[in-house]
Amino acid sequence: MRILLAQLRPALLMLLALTALTGFVYPALMTGLAQLVFPKEANGSMVAADGHERGSALIGQSFTGQRYFWARPSATGPFPYNAAASSGSNLGPANPALTDAVKGRLEALRKAHGEGSAPVPLDLVTASASGLDPHITPEAARYQVARIARARGLAVEEVLSAVERHTQRRTLGLLGEARVNVLTLNLALDAIPGKLRQ
Amino acid sequence: MRDALLQLTLYLAAVLGFAAAFGPYMARVYEGRSGATGRVLGPMERLLYRLCGVDPEQPMDWKAYAGAVLTFNFLGVLLVYAFERLQGSLPLNPQGLSAVAGHTAFNAAASFASNTNWQSYGGETTLSYLTQMAAMTVQNFVSAATGMAVLAALTRGLASRETTQLGNFWADLVRGTLYMLLPLSTLLALALVSQGVVQTFRPSAKVELLDPVAYEVDGRKQSASEQAIPLGPVASQVAIKQLGTNGGGYYNVNSAHPLENPTPLSNFLELWAILALPAACCMMFGVMVRDRRQGWALLAAMIVIFVPLFLICAYAEQGGNPALTALGASPGGNMEGKEVRFGVASSALWACATTAASNGSVNAMHDSFMPLGGLPPLFLMQLGEVIFGGVGSGLYGMLVFVVVAVFVAGLMVGRTPEYLGKKIEPFEMQMASLVVLIPAFLVLLPTAVAVVTRARASMSNPSAHGFSEVLYAFSSMGNNNGSAFAGLNANTPFYNVLGGVVMLISRYWIIVPVLAMAGSLARKKLVPPGEGTLPTHTPLFVCLLVAVVLIVGALTFVPALALGPVVEHLLMAGAS
Repeated sequence: MRILLAQLRPALLMLLALTALTGFVYPALMTGLAQLVFPKEANGSMVAADGHERGSALIGQSFTGQRYFWARPSATGPFPYNAAASSGSNLGPANPALTDAVKGRLEALRKAHGEGSAPVPLDLVTASASGLDPHITPEAARYQVARIARARGLAVEEVLSAVERHTQRRTLGLLGEARVNVLTLNLALDAIPGKLRQ
Repeated sequence: MRDALLQLTLYLAAVLGFAAAFGPYMARVYEGRSGATGRVLGPMERLLYRLCGVDPEQPMDWKAYAGAVLTFNFLGVLLVYAFERLQGSLPLNPQGLSAVAGHTAFNAAASFASNTNWQSYGGETTLSYLTQMAAMTVQNFVSAATGMAVLAALTRGLASRETTQLGNFWADLVRGTLYMLLPLSTLLALALVSQGVVQTFRPSAKVELLDPVAYEVDGRKQSASEQAIPLGPVASQVAIKQLGTNGGGYYNVNSAHPLENPTPLSNFLELWAILALPAACCMMFGVMVRDRRQGWALLAAMIVIFVPLFLICAYAEQGGNPALTALGASPGGNMEGKEVRFGVASSALWACATTAASNGSVNAMHDSFMPLGGLPPLFLMQLGEVIFGGVGSGLYGMLVFVVVAVFVAGLMVGRTPEYLGKKIEPFEMQMASLVVLIPAFLVLLPTAVAVVTRARASMSNPSAHGFSEVLYAFSSMGNNNGSAFAGLNANTPFYNVLGGVVMLISRYWIIVPVLAMAGSLARKKLVPPGEGTLPTHTPLFVCLLVAVVLIVGALTFVPALALGPVVEHLLMAGAS
């Protein structure tokens, strides 16, 4: 006990001093630097259309309309893609709740895309880790192209080329996976003048 | 598997390259020779000593050193607890979050001070900007610096002769923070911001959704037309949480969150940071004991265990979930609980690195891994967090296993065992046994209690997987890792209080015997190597060390693993 008490004063002072240094000076300094050098990224990589902020390029949104590319299933509550409360499903691989959910998603996707029994891209039926995944795979985008072209009265090629433009490749050809940003792709489609069909 | 192997190769090259360069620098800093960085940061270091009335040249024996560690960490727990409980009436709380519940606050305080960073709360919904910065970020630095300081003390015990002095804790703490953690964090944080990790004091950004969401709550139809994007000083905290093997995320889903880990490149940097310092600690050790081969041998033993476990995990995850393919989803890796931008290989590599090191951050949800994908992370924690392990703590844990290994070898040939010229005697073995055996109790007893009491209700998945969730939780807390099978509802008084106690015991029960061993080793004479000395830098010794680590881990945990992931795997294989 005496050994502990002998260290009490330096321990307390050291804790306060290091709190000041690493808890206030360091984050404040980093914030200043970040705002100076990377202002867009440091504030959430917001994307704008028609002068309004429509979201963050890094945070997915839920899409159910026929005119839009749909994102991956999201397990956030109380509604999907609730950015204020990130969450995965945490369902185990053998959990019947997982197979039931996937079965439902497969049916809905097949009904909307009418492709019979062709396999549905896996990422469209599985919930992401964050519940906010902004991306789908290029296969998942191509799977939806015909539906969107029909709903927007656009040529399939036109939608395909928009998908192409919003596809990012793997870094160094090795890290991560190829992906399509759903929000920026949908914003780009909204900017194309087309014959709208209900 | 080609991807997994290529990524592994690139990854290990980046980690080892850094370790070889940075380890010798760390050794110089702990020996008080900080060189060029000392000229820049020296005034700051001396200011800290002056402010705190500390004489960095005043050496401490093991009891004084341990006393300083414990007092400093105890006050750290209190300060974090105070910030959490008072945040409602403190500034920098733009979301207006109220005080954290008592049991949750205790758990988080114990968790961050002990370098565990288990989180039973979701960051963006629970902690104010002030608490994140001034409580959590600070503990990320000082708990890592504490681990490295204890390693430096143990290393001095091995390297010096006939002394009682192990160095000065305050000097080690300040030097670790100022010369290692802060500069690396500053660079990493800036790199992460360039990729899109946020760093701001602005409140959440509200945006109008392109396509409003209709949903139901208790049968009542509701609609959401807005999204609130949570911001904050994230990059500064994420950088140190990765470098300091802390792992406590700013957001609920940790580094799976796109604002905490936005691109494959940010993912690689954060992944690199997990093992960078634990690997560099091995190199630092080699330099400080004046035989670099000793450091390489320890690192080799870690890699020999890490690589096969990673390959099992990657193979299981890339095989995917046969139950979903049977329903008509396209074949492919297991994507439930993974992000498209990372894919399967990068997620499996992260899962194994974060549990090999006592980091515990995640970029995918381990709870949704295949049974044999989740097993390697679980087992890596149960090995006692010595395969890389925490910064400092991983290596001092591994050195305890080294003591056991040379003791076993000594028994085989009937000689007094020695390590680096120091005789290993009954006192060292007693301390080593305390360290090696305690985590087994801390993992298995609470798991047993949790599954036979009402705490069972916290499981979110049925059958064997539910058991795995509980086993994973206490394997994580009992070894100061911090990652989770996150479906488990751990934010209950039972898990928070018991888990908090487990984390504190696991950290400090190990630190004290390690320092006692350091004190005892420091007093010994140096025995020149003779005919019968077992060299500890050879492949033979690496094999012996690997065998000791695996046998202790397997004997303790295989029965429990059989009830969890192994049963689940067999059931799934039988069903398909």
